Amino acid sequence: MRHLIPEFERLKARFPKGFESSLVLPCVRRIQEDRGFIADSDIDGLVEYLGVPRMQIEQVLSYYTMFRRAPIGRWHVQACRNIACSMRGAEKLIDRLSHKLGVQPGETTPDGRFTLSTVECLGSCGTAPVVMINETYHENVSDEKLDALLDGCK
Amino acid sequence: MPGKQLLMTFPVTATSHLLDDYRARGGYETLARVLAEWAPQDVTKEVTAAGILGHGGAAFSAGRKWGVVKLDDGQSHFLCANADEGEPGTFKDRWILEHAPHLLIEGMLIAAFALQVRNAFVYIRGEFDLPYRRLAAAVEEAYEAGLLGERVLGTDFSCDLVVYRGAGSYVCGEASGLLSSLEGKRGYPRNRPPRLTVKGLYQLPTVVNNVETLSNVSVILRLGAAEFKKVGTPKSPGTQLVSISGHVNRPGVYELEFGYPVKQFIYDDCGGILGGKAIKCIVPGGISTKVLTGPEIEKVTYDHASFDAAGSSLGSGGMIVIAEGTCMVRLLQVLLRFYHHESCGQCTPCREGMGWMHRIIDRIVEGRGRPEDIDQLYMISKWNDGTTICGMGDAAGYATVGILNKYRDEFEYYIREGKSRLGGNLEVGAHA
Repeated sequence: MRHLIPEFERLKARFPKGFESSLVLPCVRRIQEDRGFIADSDIDGLVEYLGVPRMQIEQVLSYYTMFRRAPIGRWHVQACRNIACSMRGAEKLIDRLSHKLGVQPGETTPDGRFTLSTVECLGSCGTAPVVMINETYHENVSDEKLDALLDGCK
Repeated sequence: MPGKQLLMTFPVTATSHLLDDYRARGGYETLARVLAEWAPQDVTKEVTAAGILGHGGAAFSAGRKWGVVKLDDGQSHFLCANADEGEPGTFKDRWILEHAPHLLIEGMLIAAFALQVRNAFVYIRGEFDLPYRRLAAAVEEAYEAGLLGERVLGTDFSCDLVVYRGAGSYVCGEASGLLSSLEGKRGYPRNRPPRLTVKGLYQLPTVVNNVETLSNVSVILRLGAAEFKKVGTPKSPGTQLVSISGHVNRPGVYELEFGYPVKQFIYDDCGGILGGKAIKCIVPGGISTKVLTGPEIEKVTYDHASFDAAGSSLGSGGMIVIAEGTCMVRLLQVLLRFYHHESCGQCTPCREGMGWMHRIIDRIVEGRGRPEDIDQLYMISKWNDGTTICGMGDAAGYATVGILNKYRDEFEYYIREGKSRLGGNLEVGAHA
């Protein structure tokens, strides 16, 4: 994570003095974007850089669903299964995803290309069902649209 | 058009979210006038007089919340916009973040001036991508233009704004959980008192307002409280951005003037129900609000008094329309799975209760329900009510009791017969 410190310094400048603790979430997120997950050495580096207790970082990592300690597939496919999406076909869509990728939610394809997850409400209920692939929302996902999206994930 | 519009007043184009377009619509003129002509405490008085209620779900007077902050207490004050939009069925703030980010920033700057805030924050949910990029770009535009940072518009007022991204936790939408998260910790809600306006972020006075509430601030100051109050109803002044989803033909975000008839909204503005079905019920404002049946909403108008009288509330403005033929047992299963997934685990009644309720509903759906299960769900809901730090435990109970009270026969049938009376349908309308 050390090569990201100049970036963290610019971030810090926007916060009031004494807000180092607040930098835990943005720093973790940035490290994860960079590496794909949070490694032990990242925790060591953050403890040293921010001066926060190691336990705080461990707690954050185990609490927030978006943070992970291990690598996942190149394409993270997250399908919403909350109320509005379920009412618009999410259950069948998730079955289709599972079938096409050959994995259950929570699993990664053997070639490391896809990880499939189900999530609870992405705030896209008016354009349900919604599937998030890496950072991007895909809305009103039909079977055809899903197939085209997966084909596009090289 | 469902009544007067205060926020959705411009056509959405490829550039309508940018600073130049916003300024061409008169943007930041109100901020300039307020900074030049108003005293901070008078701004709070005006917002209080406008009677605007919080648009995040709790419907507390925004002005009265601000009024708790003492300007001469010698402490730093903070302001945070709650953009952790995560209540299922709710996606209205996303509209503001994507299409009118400067409306939020201008409102926040006026609020920051009123509360003498040097550092303001927007806490935005971690999954939001385009809304984050739009807002972050708008913040940079505002810095470039001297609207944020040192000496805003050349005045003595300075204010920095940080956009802070969450990381996937429903509970962080609760204001105290949000501040814990903004301190870089787990998003654990905190016991009140002390109120956050007394001891909030890092134990300093902090105002947390919903995105839509803050986006109304420049409108209120531009129109004046008296003109603002002419919109809506006496007890619910202004408008509400309603996000509507479910079995409706034209889902989306609509701005409703308070007092607008709900059935007219669903049928005329949103094109009615998929497949021409009847309304079984609606979730009025996010899943934590009690469902209202088709007959119950016959005469209901979109305002707090009318929904209170009908036995529910407006909540977060996230309306979900459920068509006849939908299995309420399976629907409750989806809700309870969600609550179980999102319980932060801090309080025993919620941590254990959500899991327990989830196991019961799973059992029923699998055809292994027991006759006592319905009473058990009632009992757990009651145990949760008021026994947890934040309102999530209560909310799960309200949602459950709301459905059980009205559709008990469906649950009894499912337990007795081991299967759904309605084929377990959730997406009925689409294929009818």
